[in-house]
Amino acid sequence: MSIIEVKNLKKSFGDLEVLKDISTEVNEQEVVCVIGPSGSGKSTFLRCLNKLEEITDGHVIVNGHDITDPKININKIRQEVGMVFQHFNLFPHKSVLENITLAPMKVKSVNKQAAREKALELLDKVGLKEKADSYPGELSGGQKQRVAIARALAMEPKVMLFDEPTSALDPEMIGEVLEVMKQLAKEGMTMVVVTHEMGFAREVGDRVIFMDGGFIVEEKEPEQLFGNPENERTKAFLGKVL
Amino acid sequence: MDLIMDSLPLLWEGLKLTAYITVLGLFFGFIIGLITALFRLSPIAPLKWLAIWFINIVRGTPFLVQLFFIYFGLNSLSWISLSPINAGILGISINAGAYIAEIIRAGIQSIDKGQTEAARTLGLSSAQTMRYIILPQALRRMLPTFVNQAIISLKDTSLLSVIGIAELTQRGQIVVSATYEAFKIWTVVGIMYFILIYLLTQLGNYVERRYELR
Ligand SMILES: Nc1ncnc2c1ncn2[C@@H]1O[C@H](COP(=O)(O)OP(=O)(O)OP(=O)(O)O)[C@@H](O)[C@H]1O
Ligand SMILES: [Mg+2]
Repeated sequence: MSIIEVKNLKKSFGDLEVLKDISTEVNEQEVVCVIGPSGSGKSTFLRCLNKLEEITDGHVIVNGHDITDPKININKIRQEVGMVFQHFNLFPHKSVLENITLAPMKVKSVNKQAAREKALELLDKVGLKEKADSYPGELSGGQKQRVAIARALAMEPKVMLFDEPTSALDPEMIGEVLEVMKQLAKEGMTMVVVTHEMGFAREVGDRVIFMDGGFIVEEKEPEQLFGNPENERTKAFLGKVL
Repeated sequence: MDLIMDSLPLLWEGLKLTAYITVLGLFFGFIIGLITALFRLSPIAPLKWLAIWFINIVRGTPFLVQLFFIYFGLNSLSWISLSPINAGILGISINAGAYIAEIIRAGIQSIDKGQTEAARTLGLSSAQTMRYIILPQALRRMLPTFVNQAIISLKDTSLLSVIGIAELTQRGQIVVSATYEAFKIWTVVGIMYFILIYLLTQLGNYVERRYELR
């Protein structure tokens, strides 16, 4: 069953057409990795999936709801779609624990005790239980990103979106974040991951989407896409990054 | 020396009134400023224009004219009757409110857009995002500028003497005209203002340290 369905999605910023005609879907428990050169529209694509960007044309159906419908309650939909950003975007004025408990308490009216327990459980899972009372400013980049993942998971989303989650990290911290993501994938989380980590895409991805110039150029299982790319542009890109 | 001692209780009364008007003026000014800032940033055009015009009018006219408008102008309407002190508090509130609105707006706009995105992505509404994520950070960041405005408003209260409020400056005038000791009395009045402002600055520093972003 598909959790996200994208039909003829188009997105322009003013005169600049960034997504030209994108159709694809993401199935339950699937890990889809999105790769492509800088400026090809990967982030914009991801941000259309939870309507962080207004959608210019086409349809995006999340969990059976068409989010391009102007009457849709987008806050409701977003609860089911977790998102992790390149620059973490933790709330600096709140402790690690409060970062995680805020949304469940305010949006889902979970009581404080239950929200705390869940948060500590998630922190344990990302290996940061002892940092519960720290503030984001006191954490390393890798730790911040793991907290950001825990924060998104606290809403119990059906799907998680990652936009280059390791691109802002020092090399020695990339591994710890990818490890958490691998674990998530193993547990059956549905994930869409924009990444420059080809090793991750190859190992964890069920499917890899190669984007260029606002189109999906090629979309295949990783072994096929990396081992046997068909399109010239895919070949050229992989030639540069591999 | 005796003369100064004798005048101190009178000046002290004035000092208290100055502090009282400043505190109330800033309190209401903050509320006016917060509402105006939110209107100013609102996507609803009429609210936005209302805020812009309010800010422009206050910034584009002298405080004394605003004060005369409120005290003499509004009071000339049959259905309004403001005591000098209430007119004074209203004047300070409105004047500070417009400036505080701009301070808060700048504070809100200085917060990284990623904060809003992270909050909205978690399912928070725009009002919740403003309340729990943006405003707490913006208010911390604008605190030094707010203290600055508080100092300006405090000094502005000395102009309230012209509508007959017995605040510190007005008391100074009264004592001077009774004693002819202009040099000494104005020195004492100046020191009193200085101490008030010093305390205000210290309070600001304390709050800033207390709520520093870690
Ligand atoms: N808010 C915006 N306003 C105007 N143009 C934008 C905006 N966001 C993105 N763009 C443009 O859209 C194009 C695609 O951007 P996008 O961020 O989606 O690319 P990307 O594939 O994620 O690149 P990168 O690998 O560098 O992150 C770029 O040309 C970019 O300049
Ligand atoms: Mg990007």
